[in-house]
Amino acid sequence: MRVGLFVTCLVDLMRPSIGLAAVKLLEAAGCEVLVPPTQTCCGQPGYNSGDRRSARALAEKVLAEFEACDYVVVPSGSCAGMIKAHYPDLFQGEAVLLDRVRRLGSRTYELTDFLVSVARLERVPGRFAGTVTYHDSCSGLRELGVKQQPRALLAAVSGLRLKEMDECEQCCGFGGTFAVKFGEVSAAIADRKCARIRASAADAVVLGDLGCMLNIEGRLRRLGDADTRVLHVAEVLAGETF
Amino acid sequence: MQVQSMHFKRRARGALADEILQANLAKFGTAGLAQLRAEAVAAYGPEAFERLRTAGAEIRDRALAELDTYIERFEQEATRRGAAVLFAESGTEARDLVLDICRRHGIRKAIKSKSMLSEEAGLNEALDAIGVHPVETDLGEYIIQLADEPPSHIIAPAVHKSKDEVADLFAKSHARPRKTDIAQMTREAREALRPHFVSADLGISGGNFLVAETGSGAVVTNEGNGRMVTTLPRVHVCITGIEKVIPTLEDLATLLRLLTRSATGQPISNYVSVFTGPRRAGDLDGPEHMYFILVDGGRTNLVGGDLQEMLRCIRCGACMNHCPVYKTVGGHAYGWVYPGPMGAVLTPAYVGLENALDLPHAATLCNQCGVVCPVRIPLPELLRKLRERQVESSLRPRSEMLGLRAWSWVAQRPRLYALATRWAARVLRLLGGRTGRIRRLPLAGAGWTVGRDLPAPSGQTFRDLYRRRRRD
Repeated sequence: MRVGLFVTCLVDLMRPSIGLAAVKLLEAAGCEVLVPPTQTCCGQPGYNSGDRRSARALAEKVLAEFEACDYVVVPSGSCAGMIKAHYPDLFQGEAVLLDRVRRLGSRTYELTDFLVSVARLERVPGRFAGTVTYHDSCSGLRELGVKQQPRALLAAVSGLRLKEMDECEQCCGFGGTFAVKFGEVSAAIADRKCARIRASAADAVVLGDLGCMLNIEGRLRRLGDADTRVLHVAEVLAGETF
Repeated sequence: MQVQSMHFKRRARGALADEILQANLAKFGTAGLAQLRAEAVAAYGPEAFERLRTAGAEIRDRALAELDTYIERFEQEATRRGAAVLFAESGTEARDLVLDICRRHGIRKAIKSKSMLSEEAGLNEALDAIGVHPVETDLGEYIIQLADEPPSHIIAPAVHKSKDEVADLFAKSHARPRKTDIAQMTREAREALRPHFVSADLGISGGNFLVAETGSGAVVTNEGNGRMVTTLPRVHVCITGIEKVIPTLEDLATLLRLLTRSATGQPISNYVSVFTGPRRAGDLDGPEHMYFILVDGGRTNLVGGDLQEMLRCIRCGACMNHCPVYKTVGGHAYGWVYPGPMGAVLTPAYVGLENALDLPHAATLCNQCGVVCPVRIPLPELLRKLRERQVESSLRPRSEMLGLRAWSWVAQRPRLYALATRWAARVLRLLGGRTGRIRRLPLAGAGWTVGRDLPAPSGQTFRDLYRRRRRD
């Protein structure tokens, strides 16, 4: 099974350990992992800002880079959602390209979804001594139906206890460029999420999307919480939480 | 109503700084209408409710696909039953039609049940100006009329107010001892409203639906005020949007099941009033004259376009009840009649893209609105389409467009991109210092750090780390 890893631009720049953890997990699941070296961004910033032209150019680039893979796996619900749910919209009326992006989309998975639904990973390498709570990121949850998959995998992590927070499906207030354009509103929405996380008394909040991660961690730290850890689900599953 | 939507940012900031509003919104967010809806959907059966949503969307699509035919049918049937059907191209025209009716029938006092369209039309101010006293009879609308404020929610117009604020308002307006028991306060409002119900000669209602096959209008209320407004005064005017027409009474039944559950979590509202023509010989009640004013107000511009799905809207408010932005800044920040996700689509569509530049962007695209919408309006997609229109019309700030284009340009050049991100990772690491947290960023990044730190990266990109690992 040749699996192309789409690392995502935020993982590449902000938290490369997540990419390495994803490689480890895919290899543990018996996959041959390909990381196309020319990959950059899925086009989501342009797409969500109304700049279709930019988004389309990057979508074509992703298509060319990953089309030869059996599967495309992404450690981010929103980038996987971009490829699966939104690429077809960018190629309306272009029959050949539309068909190609649709086929790419049907082989594209968010990481935990892939590990559970396709690779059927049973033995998880990570261990974690402590309690975690899981934040469901909007795109993963509502575009891709990622809900039980990360929980099933976390349940297999030795030493880990999952304690659900209230309103785990509520948006954290990130919203891409929203967080920059409406920084104060975004931070106020994040406050509510931070309060729920703290109320769960978990040692760490675990999630599957970099945007939410930077937002929640940034707000927790600004509020003076230096203790609650903010971890990507891949890091926890792979045991790369240092 | 004056459009203030261009000031969203300023108004949102004001809302964040308003402690009383924040406390009221927090209460709305945790124990509000969203929770009631969730309970109602669970009781109905989530899968059955999904089927109901599909049926609702199909009914609305069927009506919109042949809107002209159904409007014509509605006009014929309503006219045949003795009502007059008038058409207005704009809110202003609708307002003038109401003023004409007032003059024709010598109206002195009007009682109103909830109508968002009359807000679009700025009707109350216009009635006042010709000496007709308008009295809002929906409790929430009554409260905000006393406070001289616009509604902040389409079905719970005074949701931004606390009990204490209402108690102060009632004590001042009713000149009676201040009460804080909600049942007693409601009783006092009823006592204040009762003489108006009896003495008014015009009733103005909105219309949740217009039924083409019978020429009827339908409104849902919980207080019974809608029933009285539409039956007691000698003249009744129902003012609503042209898109509210649906084919049959059977369709009305389906949509009512969806509407009340989505809005307040009720299987059915306390009152459903279906009004068909004026009082006939032998009827015990009903108005002597009945008018329907069907307002376009920008709606036909959406027919056949890529925002047409928005016209399915049945005004339940579920999208705002579930919206993280609405729940944080409240309805007034949106600056016009309709707040929340539906307002962020309707406002630019009805008052002009350039008058509401922020609204399509004032959303996280979390799609909580989309998954609860009773008629499956893909709200995030519509917001995205409006963002595209802004770009196509060169309405976005130059710096923003430059930033986006630069990002895309670099991202299409992998070698340059690798170099740029390698340097960015190093610079960000340095900025993070020993704490690993960046507290202040320049330019667009300032929007981020106004409320958050940026966790600094480790200094090397995945690309470089992975290549080195493969080499070893």
